[in-house]
Amino acid sequence: MQDLGRLGFSEDQATLLDVATSFCSDKSPMAKVRRLIEDETGHDPDVWREIVELGWLGIAIPEDHGGAGLGLAEVVPVMEQMGRHMLAGPFYSTTLAAQALLAGGTEDQKRILLPRLAGGATATLALCEANDDWDLGNIASTATRTSNGTLRLSGVKRLVCDASAATHIIASVLFEGRPALVAFERASLPREALRREVIIDETKRSYSLTLDGLEAPADGLLDPDRAEAALRHIHLAANLLAAAEMCGGTQAVIDDTVDYLKTRVQFGKLIGSYQALKHPIVDAYIGYEQARSHLYSAAHCFNEQGVGEIATRMAKAQADTAISFATDRAIQFHGGFGFTYDCDAQLYRRRAIWHASQYGDAAYHKARLTDLLL
Amino acid sequence: MPDVDPTDLKAFAEAADAWFRENVVRDPGFMLPLTFMEVGADQQFHFLRDWQNKVYEAGYLGAAWPKEYGGGGLPQAFQTEATKAMRRHGGPIFLNAIGLNWTGPLLLDMGTEAQRAKYLKGILSAEDIWCQGFSEPDNGSDLGNAQTRAVRDGDHYLVNGSKIWTTLGKYARYMILLARTRADTSRKYDGLTFFLAPMKVDGVETQPIKKLTGEHGFTQTFFRDAHIPADEMVGVEGGGWKVAMRTLEYERGARGGQAGGYVSVGSNAWDVLDLARRMQRGGKPALEDPAMRAKMVEFMIEIQSNALCAQRTGFTPLNTDHPTGLALSSKLMHTEFARRINEFAISLTGPSGAYYVGDENAVDDGWWTRSYLNAFSATIGGGTSQIQRNIVGEHVLGLPKS
Repeated sequence: MQDLGRLGFSEDQATLLDVATSFCSDKSPMAKVRRLIEDETGHDPDVWREIVELGWLGIAIPEDHGGAGLGLAEVVPVMEQMGRHMLAGPFYSTTLAAQALLAGGTEDQKRILLPRLAGGATATLALCEANDDWDLGNIASTATRTSNGTLRLSGVKRLVCDASAATHIIASVLFEGRPALVAFERASLPREALRREVIIDETKRSYSLTLDGLEAPADGLLDPDRAEAALRHIHLAANLLAAAEMCGGTQAVIDDTVDYLKTRVQFGKLIGSYQALKHPIVDAYIGYEQARSHLYSAAHCFNEQGVGEIATRMAKAQADTAISFATDRAIQFHGGFGFTYDCDAQLYRRRAIWHASQYGDAAYHKARLTDLLL
Repeated sequence: MPDVDPTDLKAFAEAADAWFRENVVRDPGFMLPLTFMEVGADQQFHFLRDWQNKVYEAGYLGAAWPKEYGGGGLPQAFQTEATKAMRRHGGPIFLNAIGLNWTGPLLLDMGTEAQRAKYLKGILSAEDIWCQGFSEPDNGSDLGNAQTRAVRDGDHYLVNGSKIWTTLGKYARYMILLARTRADTSRKYDGLTFFLAPMKVDGVETQPIKKLTGEHGFTQTFFRDAHIPADEMVGVEGGGWKVAMRTLEYERGARGGQAGGYVSVGSNAWDVLDLARRMQRGGKPALEDPAMRAKMVEFMIEIQSNALCAQRTGFTPLNTDHPTGLALSSKLMHTEFARRINEFAISLTGPSGAYYVGDENAVDDGWWTRSYLNAFSATIGGGTSQIQRNIVGEHVLGLPKS
């Protein structure tokens, strides 16, 4: 029997879950989520400052680089609660950028950049291109050394989250024919390099990034020998944290729908008494509990060779299955109201579509799992 | 609860491991039942009764029940280790399921001193086989409507009526019986009483029921002026519904206190994976068929879901929103999974899916088809999957009653 992972839950995870549960609930009521959709930056800078003060940006950054020295397992409960309350901001992007530096950065880059990220400087990754491929190694953008040692970049990246809020951007490119990562400051971008994209999840901010004409500093290249390993790590870390945000969202949309089923009356009865609605919402609930069990197993086993990848892919696959079903049914079960923009069900459904589209959906991860398990 | 000494626990676990390695008989020369509900032949019954007795005598069953009632008086962790060792070595099931998992914990929680002294040891040793009398021919899922009558007559009750799906009815010495002591209550539930009824007495008769698998295993039980001593009830007269509901919580794993071991073994994803390697599609292992691969991996994710959800019940901070959610959902998750994975296994066997138990060409002696058909006993028994969804919807999510 192959080891598929197991559950574990640390004191630190429990503390962070506790704090994040009340913080996200307080700071991100649905009225505010709606208000921030209309805001250009998409998030509340005061709340971001509080998140920085709580030390959440440094949770998975080693102590000697200014962080708390914990791991992604401890980021998971925070991300889950953010997803539950749709708390917006560049937390996911910045955490992943730090992971990219940890997995692939030079010692100098880690020494200089990680303390900044732990202290609230924001960052993001630019990995996606026009090829519509979830394989992060499929890259057309390039970096070439100029005579004075700087890196001349070309190409267009897509779906770069939180790019206008980021102080640092790390982009994947081909360098000397091989995948590589390059870090640079957003301030160095030419005018018009960023274009805000229209994306399905309106609570998030995403941009296309034209690299043409950009010169990154000579020391911007991450360790070329570790670039492929770093991309693999980023892929799994991104999926783990996405699964967390999705689980939180699944819980919220089920709670929201159950409330409606308990209050809406048709034909003289609360509609939640009808089994045509009750039974599928129970199936959605069980799917959520299964997804959450996978999530915390993946968090616990993330750093284990082999098992970490299996558990993480299972977690993302199950999270996608659970949130897609729950949000789809949430729209349906709200009836006519469900078809309106005012019903929150659409916010969660859009969130689910976003996450399915990023770093692989359930079908993609199941296909990878067949290769790993069979 | 006594403290657990890790050294003692480790020594106990090692001894249990060695004992089960030494004593498990995997193939007695006839087909063993997969669950306690399928004991259809005397040969199977005697083998399994002896097995349970042997494990009990060795100290690996009821290890956490109190010493004064025949248990081992140890912390639960010891029994958990013994159960793990039994599973690791593929030990046969325990057949006295109603006693070990329902009656025993119930009596420990709510029984009188006299009842505990009288019944608990016989449950563990398998000397006294127990059965359950809840469902009736006309009242399955609607348990609260039970019509079997028990009328007080001096120092005993006179019972008349019929119970159905009595697992081990032919062998049982006692039955936990839900019977109507009053027919005139405003709420149907208030007229029910929970009895510990003797089976080997005049006026109790059992008739075998042939199941969809073609085997026997259940009986219908008829009561005609059967006597139950008046003090053989749990709780009070008219309070039977609450006791019955509590009993179902033990069954569904929502409440602890069970004696240990397991009462059913199922097909797991690994066995099916092995089957997929042995069966053929187009001259190659069926496992190389992309459609089969896709399904197989989904079953492996699902079996892992169920395993992780079981583990998660032990992590309180991860269960704050719906503390009973995982426990009340587990029957639905496990039983429906078992039904579907066996159905998939039949498909893997290709044309041989047409064979059944008894034909020499049947793959694995017909195990997969028999398992599929038997899987319905769990998706229907103990509250159908449809009733389970009502329970989870109403008791976990707080939805209005249907």
